[in-house]
Amino acid sequence: MPFRAAVVTFPGSNCDRDMAVAIEAITGTPAVRVWHGDADLPERLDFIALPGGFSYGDYLRSGAMAAKSPVLRAVVKAAERGVPVLGVCNGFQVLTESGLLPGALMRNAGQTFVCRTVELEVANTSSPFTSTFDADTRLRIPVAHHDGNYFADEATLDQLEADDRIAFRYAENPNGSRRDIAGVLSANGRVLGMMPHPERAIEPAAHSNMGGADGRSIFENVVKSLVAA
Amino acid sequence: MKVRILVRLKPGVLDPQGRAVHHSLDSLGFEGVEDVRIGRMIEMDVADGTSDETLTKMCEQLLANMVIEDFAIEKVDPVGEPA
Repeated sequence: MPFRAAVVTFPGSNCDRDMAVAIEAITGTPAVRVWHGDADLPERLDFIALPGGFSYGDYLRSGAMAAKSPVLRAVVKAAERGVPVLGVCNGFQVLTESGLLPGALMRNAGQTFVCRTVELEVANTSSPFTSTFDADTRLRIPVAHHDGNYFADEATLDQLEADDRIAFRYAENPNGSRRDIAGVLSANGRVLGMMPHPERAIEPAAHSNMGGADGRSIFENVVKSLVAA
Repeated sequence: MKVRILVRLKPGVLDPQGRAVHHSLDSLGFEGVEDVRIGRMIEMDVADGTSDETLTKMCEQLLANMVIEDFAIEKVDPVGEPA
């Protein structure tokens, strides 16, 4: 059975094509493209990706409008059925605004847009996205965001740590995120939101500060988790 | 009915924008500014009978992010002053 992935596009998404290219490169099957106004997702999906960008122009708050769009209701239902969902950057903001993930993404502590490749420490090694990693795994993946400062209250952060729901931490915190958090998992581990862009790191590039292929493994892990299931 | 929604960061949530503006006020020579917090004001024209409960739901579901923000609802008379 071919791997059936969907990439959602909101008005103002700008990493949706990169996401679709990454998925096709890794799975060999083109991703289905879904528009924000679609009330239904294709059937029998193996994976849903919410891409980066500036959905609805970041009006009100980053991700706030997209979280209320028709397609998100379908994404929430799919997530409840256990379909793996990956939200990257603006997609992560949409996931927190929709309530699928806890916390919020605030303006970067340094007030500036941060655009560079960062090193991530893998904190969770059991989710469908991270199951082939070990505690020493480091990934180099680009970030590009203005609102990536992860916030949750102390009790929530303690609970996330106790439940092994921190997927990734920044080796050097670029945005002021609480406890260096770069990616968070849902309670069942099947929804991942992360600010770094794995879809921008799927092939080695000549320039050491561009590209890299460390993002591939996150997608490959999802594919493996489905084969194993 | 005109309604004004004030959305602001909860106490204890760091406000980098407010801090940057505070710094700018200091550098312009304004003395005695103790703290600056930046929020958002949303003005709405709603049906006269709109209940407080409905307005609260609007805030909780969309206008404010309850993880980081508080809100206050002010009903405004036609002259534009708080009722």
